[in-house]
Amino acid sequence: MPGADRKGYAHDPGASSAVVTLDTNVLEKVINWSRASSIFYMLFGLACCGIELMQTGGPRSDVDRFGAVPRASPRASDLMIVAGTLTYKMAVRTKLLYEQMAEPKYVISMGSCANCGGLFQLAYSVCKGVDKIIPVDVYVPGCPPRPEALTEGLLRIQQIIQREKHKAKFRPTGPEPIA
Amino acid sequence: MAALTFEQIHQKIAAKFGDAIGAAQPPKKDAFCTFAVAKLVEVGRAMKADPDLAFDHLQDVTATDHPKEGLIRVVYHFYSYTHRHGFCAKVELPRAQPEVDTLEGVWKSANWFEREVFDLFGVTFKGHPDLRRIMLPDDWVGFPLRKDYREAGGYQGISNIRDNPLDLYLSLDKACRPEPVAPAEPATPAAPVAPAAPQKGEA
Repeated sequence: MPGADRKGYAHDPGASSAVVTLDTNVLEKVINWSRASSIFYMLFGLACCGIELMQTGGPRSDVDRFGAVPRASPRASDLMIVAGTLTYKMAVRTKLLYEQMAEPKYVISMGSCANCGGLFQLAYSVCKGVDKIIPVDVYVPGCPPRPEALTEGLLRIQQIIQREKHKAKFRPTGPEPIA
Repeated sequence: MAALTFEQIHQKIAAKFGDAIGAAQPPKKDAFCTFAVAKLVEVGRAMKADPDLAFDHLQDVTATDHPKEGLIRVVYHFYSYTHRHGFCAKVELPRAQPEVDTLEGVWKSANWFEREVFDLFGVTFKGHPDLRRIMLPDDWVGFPLRKDYREAGGYQGISNIRDNPLDLYLSLDKACRPEPVAPAEPATPAAPVAPAAPQKGEA
């Protein structure tokens, strides 16, 4: 499973000894709610999906409603949206950007090209999917996906965050199945 | 000064350079002629300097690969903004060691065009000030637009193989496979449509 091999941020048992009486369930919910409502995504577009990514951040399908705003630095971002055709040359740089992001970090693979190489998967210079280099949480299909689809992907990331247990060693992977 | 036709331009430079200018080829789409490799820069300089030709712009440099003939043809498109006429010329290089003098000293725009041709075809431009790959990474192996190019199998450890999702599904244990989606009910034939009521304004 993509993302399954990622070690979470293991709970430090020493630090929690002072707050033994706290209801961690409620605390967790509050923390997760606040984290899920302030996902900062990296300002990072590779191809035509990048245009759709801008539209998603724009006034019509304003993802700022959900607290998601673009950040121009990987150090300050929680979410990387890989939007567009990933060439091998760019794949090396994408991996570097991912490694520069601080944990916890999430990845949306946006569009056919980032999912599997898409239309260009037989080209000599195109990476066959971004999950060849970094773990992916949510795949958004489409060529390119409409802003509604990317917004849905963002809400799925919120679902993942809200299900996280701070004592768990591993993060839950993948969004909940559609009811 | 009016724009010159291809034949007029060809006659003009052929009169000056003689054997270095090949015969005008019967045009399939665009007329062109070949230049002798050794005279390319000299002809280019003259085409730019001649007030009747005044080719002040190099539109494009590209190449074609012909393995059966053992040739790489480098294609030049010249254009004159002064007279609004254009000209197309090719030089023929041996595939084993394609080398030609750079036109960067005549038209600055040749710099990046020639780097691109070097990147994708491996043509060496002698005298180029900065001949290195322009689009592919510096450690790339091979020249992708040559006909005999084969992929190296990924890049820097990134695999270039992606499994067929259907094979992945079939490789799963039968109990683990996701439930197949039931085929949709065949659509019932549509009831005969009553003739549409006359639209407003039709009558």
